Amino acid sequence: MDDRLITALIVVIGVPSVLFGYIALTERLLMLAPDHWRVRLRPWVWLAPAVGFLTVFLVYPTIYTLYLSFLDKFSKEFVGIDNYVYFLTTSDTLIALRNNVIWLVLLTFLAVGGGLLVAILVDRVRYESVAKSLIFVPLAISFVGAGVIWKFMFDFRPPGQAQTGTLNGILGAVGVDPVPWLINAPGNTVALIIVAVWIWTGFCMVILSGALKGISTELLEAARVDGANELQVFRGITLPLLLPTIAVVATTMVITSLKAFDVVYVMTNGAFDTEVVANRLYKELFAFGQPGRASAVAIVLLLMIIPVMAINIRRFREQEAIR
Amino acid sequence: MTAITQPMAIANRRRGPRLGRIGLHLTIGILLFIWLLPTLGMLVNSLRPAADVSRTGWWTALGSPGSFTTENYAHVLAQAGLGQAFINSLFITIPATIIPVAVASFAAYAFAWMNFRGRDALFILVVGLLVIPIQTTMVPILRLFRDLGIAGDFLTVWLAHTGYGLPFAIFLLRNYMGGLPREVFESAAIDGASPATAFFRLALPMSVPAIASLVIFQFLFVWNDLLVALIYLGASNAANLPLTVLVANLSNSLGGEWHFLMAAAFISMALPLIVFFGLQRYFVRGITGGAVKG
Repeated sequence: MDDRLITALIVVIGVPSVLFGYIALTERLLMLAPDHWRVRLRPWVWLAPAVGFLTVFLVYPTIYTLYLSFLDKFSKEFVGIDNYVYFLTTSDTLIALRNNVIWLVLLTFLAVGGGLLVAILVDRVRYESVAKSLIFVPLAISFVGAGVIWKFMFDFRPPGQAQTGTLNGILGAVGVDPVPWLINAPGNTVALIIVAVWIWTGFCMVILSGALKGISTELLEAARVDGANELQVFRGITLPLLLPTIAVVATTMVITSLKAFDVVYVMTNGAFDTEVVANRLYKELFAFGQPGRASAVAIVLLLMIIPVMAINIRRFREQEAIR
Repeated sequence: MTAITQPMAIANRRRGPRLGRIGLHLTIGILLFIWLLPTLGMLVNSLRPAADVSRTGWWTALGSPGSFTTENYAHVLAQAGLGQAFINSLFITIPATIIPVAVASFAAYAFAWMNFRGRDALFILVVGLLVIPIQTTMVPILRLFRDLGIAGDFLTVWLAHTGYGLPFAIFLLRNYMGGLPREVFESAAIDGASPATAFFRLALPMSVPAIASLVIFQFLFVWNDLLVALIYLGASNAANLPLTVLVANLSNSLGGEWHFLMAAAFISMALPLIVFFGLQRYFVRGITGGAVKG
């Protein structure tokens, strides 16, 4: 029990004091430095904790991964680019790559669009926080929980038997034959993406709604007083002001689709042509004992994100120029 | 000024034509229904005996109230160590939320409002790290924790979740802080405020909506995390394991019994929903509006 008490004290008092003590202490030390050095050093003082964490937990393992991707399955012999050649010439992994492209387009478009729609609609009603909480529910359920929920949505029994899946139950009620949602490609990939959309729309909604609240009311009222209708207010004011946040959310969704794993792992584990790259990585690493190939897959994922980041940086430069 | 304009603004927004209002409520209603239907199905199924669940659809139970049971919930709540696991989950989640949000806000402030060489390149690198699959980092990190002799401590998951959560946290906060008006920081600097003062008095309070969303997500991801806890705690110290691991073991040891998993999922999602509800009040209009005028 004593241990628990000490942990609780560390949690509640220790952690926050270390964090804010760090800034207080380093700012005091900076005051001792000459002006010229103070300005140069200050950004690095503020960045140091983040850079430290990222270096240890992400950069170092990634460099290690890059190294492994050029080695054989025992991580002993150097095999050059064999693992990459394997990835780009095997039909299974090419299907995974194709599916990731479908994920990227559909998930990003539907989750961001849906989140934006919900954020704007509920901004106008009194029961906003209740409505938002309900859209947020799927996110609060763990991925495993979401997988179980949607197994019951997509469940399929041969025609004639009592259907236990909600969707086939609805089809049965209107006299249509049941559909094996998770078996027929490429519809099954779309079915999995719908599960992801159900989860991530709440995420997009929360962030976009936060940004929506940041738009000054005076600005919107001024436009309305000048006779602009709601659509004009949206296109002329709301949308341009939301654009930076939409870009952040869309980028996050693009990365989420590239990394898509949990839903696929829980529901089909890549069977019936629903494979995705991250699930492939998991299989290579833990099922097939191929750390070299798994590492190559991880590096390919990392390379895929570079164009997206280039767009983001250009946008940040523009933001810098106008503020 | 917000105190005066806000009620007026709300009144104006609610004015619209009557028919439009009905359409609005109807659209929201339909969306909410579609979003809730899957969860509703599972809620009903979690209250039915296992035999019924595999035989008939959940909607058939709605007609016969007698077929419900709380047995699944009773089973999950009677699990040994549930209370301890809940406390462990809190011990893990609270610091693993506070640390990354604080560290990310320092970094985001530097990225948004300080000039230094290599800023853009470093920022690309940081956000690019978002794409790294956590699974690939685990072997080298676990080896590191073992060498340091801290494997199995709560400290390991606090540090690991901070590392994994930072790229998104920095990305989101830098974007929000970068959008704050320049005049505010310029006038603060003219008044002699140090960057630290400007950070605590201006940047942080004005970023409250973004910070609130970040807190919600980080809390959620850590609370629902299974993999990180299993790898860094599980192997070395079973006494520190969180709720998710207990729940996962529950379904494994019983051969993937869905009906217990369903009940457990509902019990475990209660706290994240409370946190979300509690932080709703920070998603309000006018926090930045007031500061800009000042």
